[in-house]
Amino acid sequence: MELALTFATAVLYSIAFYLLMSKHIIRMLLGVVILSNAVNLSIFINGRLTTIAPPLIPSDLSVPVDPISNPLPQALVLTAIVIAFSFFAFLLVLSYRAYQDLNTDDTDEMRVAEPKEEGLPPLGY
Amino acid sequence: MDELTGFVTEFGYVALGLPFVAAVLAPLLTRVLKSHSTWILALAPLAAFLIFLQGVFEVADGTVHRWGFSWIPSFDIAFSFRLDGLSLVFALLVTGIGTLIILYAGGYMKGHRDQGSFYTFMLLFMGAMLGLVIADDLITMFIFWELTSITSFLLIGFDHTREKARRGAIQALVITGGGGLILLAGVIAIREFTGLNSLTAILESGDALRDSPYYAMILILILGGAFTKSAQMPFHVWLPNAMEAPTPVSAYLHSATMVKAGVYLLLRMHPALGDTTLWMTILPAFGAVTLVVGALLAVRASDIKITLAYTTVASLGLLVMLIGVSSETAIVGATLYLIAHAFFKAGLFMVAGSVDHGAHTREIDRLGGLGRHMPLTFLAAILCALSMGGVTPFIGFLAKEEIYHALEYPTAYHIAILVAAIAGNALMFAAAFIVGLQPFVGPKPAGIEHPHEGGLRIWFGPLVLGVMSCVAALYYGLYHELFSSPMASAAYGEPVAIDIGWIPHLNLAFALSCLTALLGIGLYIVSPRLRSGIASSLDAIGWGPDRGFDQLMRGLVRFSFKVTGIVQSGRLDYYMTTTVVAVVAAMLGSMWWAGAFPTVPAYPTNIHFHEYIVLGLLLVGLGAVVVAKNRLTAIVSLGIQGFATALIFLLQGAPDLAYTQFMVETLSVVILALVMTKLKLSPSDHRPLREKLPDATLAVLVGLAFGLFLLTVVQRPFDDTLSQFFERYSYAIAHGKNIVNVILVDFRSIDTMGEIGVVMVTGLAILALIRIRIAGSGRREVKSLEQS
Amino acid sequence: MNSLILRFAAPYLTALMALFSVFVLLRGHNEPGGGFIGGLIASSAFAIYGIASGVAPVRRAMVFHPVSIAGAGLFLAVISGLGGIAVGEEFLYGVWWFPTFMGTELHLSSILFFDIGVYLVVVGTITSIALGLEEKGRN
Repeated sequence: MELALTFATAVLYSIAFYLLMSKHIIRMLLGVVILSNAVNLSIFINGRLTTIAPPLIPSDLSVPVDPISNPLPQALVLTAIVIAFSFFAFLLVLSYRAYQDLNTDDTDEMRVAEPKEEGLPPLGY
Repeated sequence: MDELTGFVTEFGYVALGLPFVAAVLAPLLTRVLKSHSTWILALAPLAAFLIFLQGVFEVADGTVHRWGFSWIPSFDIAFSFRLDGLSLVFALLVTGIGTLIILYAGGYMKGHRDQGSFYTFMLLFMGAMLGLVIADDLITMFIFWELTSITSFLLIGFDHTREKARRGAIQALVITGGGGLILLAGVIAIREFTGLNSLTAILESGDALRDSPYYAMILILILGGAFTKSAQMPFHVWLPNAMEAPTPVSAYLHSATMVKAGVYLLLRMHPALGDTTLWMTILPAFGAVTLVVGALLAVRASDIKITLAYTTVASLGLLVMLIGVSSETAIVGATLYLIAHAFFKAGLFMVAGSVDHGAHTREIDRLGGLGRHMPLTFLAAILCALSMGGVTPFIGFLAKEEIYHALEYPTAYHIAILVAAIAGNALMFAAAFIVGLQPFVGPKPAGIEHPHEGGLRIWFGPLVLGVMSCVAALYYGLYHELFSSPMASAAYGEPVAIDIGWIPHLNLAFALSCLTALLGIGLYIVSPRLRSGIASSLDAIGWGPDRGFDQLMRGLVRFSFKVTGIVQSGRLDYYMTTTVVAVVAAMLGSMWWAGAFPTVPAYPTNIHFHEYIVLGLLLVGLGAVVVAKNRLTAIVSLGIQGFATALIFLLQGAPDLAYTQFMVETLSVVILALVMTKLKLSPSDHRPLREKLPDATLAVLVGLAFGLFLLTVVQRPFDDTLSQFFERYSYAIAHGKNIVNVILVDFRSIDTMGEIGVVMVTGLAILALIRIRIAGSGRREVKSLEQS
Repeated sequence: MNSLILRFAAPYLTALMALFSVFVLLRGHNEPGGGFIGGLIASSAFAIYGIASGVAPVRRAMVFHPVSIAGAGLFLAVISGLGGIAVGEEFLYGVWWFPTFMGTELHLSSILFFDIGVYLVVVGTITSIALGLEEKGRN
């Protein structure tokens, strides 16, 4: 399963970056969501997929006896999912607002911070 | 650190802190007391001066005071200080002259709108300068060094509504701040190559630096710092341009402090870096050129403040030249001249300010006959000028005698330097009397109306300095014992006893002094003609380092504009593509470079049917996102790939992750739907094929890179120490059986705390964004109403 | 959204989901669940309620402003961390006590309060985002 999942993650990365290289904000947002999935799966795979038993200690024991899946990447990914979601929500609202103000979703036309025609800065003191 | 010894070390921090405290209080006091606040503010440097004065006797006996604490132990950096003969005299000059200057500034800046911040800048500069001369640790010294550059920038550009002041300030900052960075490189080189991290260590290291294979590099870097700060040709341009500052600044920065920092560094390093062929070649060469050119330009200037500025350049050249000679008498001459110069130059600058104040001009051609109206200023001026001209009984005379003693050897090397010294001194003699005598004698030109003496604070400072120049020479025994001998000993590295007195002996040095004076008198008489002669030859050359600086700065702006145009095109897809290319290059390139490609895996056989279904679902969702032709399809297919990911988590023994992912996907789809239905956006791809293909290629490469990377990682042995730890102790010490949750809320709870903080901040930012829209559109409506 | 069934069912559905989220939160230490998941469940409940019946009833039902809830959660998390300092240990050190209440031994800890803090932050923040966007969508 590790191998198959690695392949799937690679596809996720490809699609995410393909969408991110688009000029349309909405497609870039879709790319961001997929990218966070890809990263989460990478961390998850890095912790190795040896068993499918969840990392829980049986109720009558104090230490797990049977092998359980690696809890550490799960803890890391759990917070990553929530952070990625907040980040995505922020980006979404930001582009929504940019659209309201600039009336475009084409990044080529969003040039408030870096205008196209900019002369030489003043040369004096 | 050594144990605290004596009064000075106990109050060392106090003395250093006083100017800074006063700087903070200055605006407040000035708001209440107007310019009278300087009477109180001057107490800070005065108290520091008295604290340092307590240490004079001990230091004269050879004690070295050291105090401080470890600052960044991991880099072996300390916040430490050292008080020996050299730093003590400097500390006394900085605080003593500083006291007079603060008082003078109070008189000079009276009624100025921003005088409060002016006093703040002055006191900040004073604190920085004080820290610089008493610092022991090299990094501490560098920090104070750059602080003087920054505070002098504020002072020179104080009158920031004038372009010339701004230019002077920027020029000073670029040259001295840049030199400071060169010094930092030198300091790091010393620390790296020799392991010496403080001045004390350097001074005790004997020949360690001289024998280092990196000696030449270290020396040149240190000189880069010293020469820029001490205005050696061709870095001298900032000094005359800094005359745009109010006169108290010039009187302070260009007499005893800022410009002397470089000379201080050279004297400081002399025992460890000096006395080599390289040292004895570079320093006299730069010094001699600076001395002669500076003195010529001084006579050429018609503004008395500019004249003084160029004599400062010349004096710095003289000092560097003498330090370069490296002999005992030369170092003695340099220390004597340094003290004398601090006194008479500060005095003369203050006189120039008084003249400007009283007669409203500084042009030498339009000044004259002020002596009757400004007798006290005249007295101060003539005393300082006599010291500067090297007339007995003034400390300037002691210095000049000692300098000529140092050079009276019949070798070509000494004779060449001696000629430069005589020429420079004669020109400076003339300049001294152009400033100190000419405005006060002769007929009063028509342009000057109601010349008047300034207040007590205006004439007090220069008069004290002029009188002290004479008193110190008369009581030369005490002066040498307490101040100049310990200073020269520290700079020479061995105990030195100075015995030169004010009573001239008939010898070669005195003859040379007389020759200098005669030449000087001659030059003074022909000075108007000399001035126009130099001016016309300078016009013939037509280019100087000053114009070069402007060309350099303009070139820099043009260059950075071009580079910015290339690097920051302003197009997001360019940035994105660049990032992707960099990621691919970094990942595939490093794998290729290290030869760390994964082995080709066998086709997996242990995948269950339901796992194939889930993976298939994921890929179908992904594909649908890419080809989606409308918003709803895109959102739904995004949801499909998200739920597929959640299912993968569930099947691989991560129920917590699966539930979280389910909830997040639900919410993502909800808010996407909420926003996207309001936008008339097309999610379909409008890229033409010629853009799609390279983008797709890059995307495939990225996927390949990450895939190979993951394969490589998975094929390596796994270190599960940490996971084992959590499994073993989750219940034992944290009483929890869901290990993931225990890690989140117990073992790594501080991370989780940070994370919920981030979530909260994001939420606030989103709310703000939503609200701003209302305000923004409201404004737009108002604007469109106004336009119609 | 104009579905009569949804509008009718939403309050009950929301109440059930909110209750379920608390259950998930509290079992989190020993079974799958916890503050994050519980918080997300509760906030999707409120989001659905908002879509079905409009934002105003949700705000009324929640009593406090969502951001205040999030702020209170962060505050609670920090306070629970101080418990560790109170017993002379590190910040956020888990303090446990096992009182008996009506014959049942309870497992109380500063960790539990920390998790409740996490829950409140997630509920407050995500709900305020969702409600903010829903409000925006309506006008």
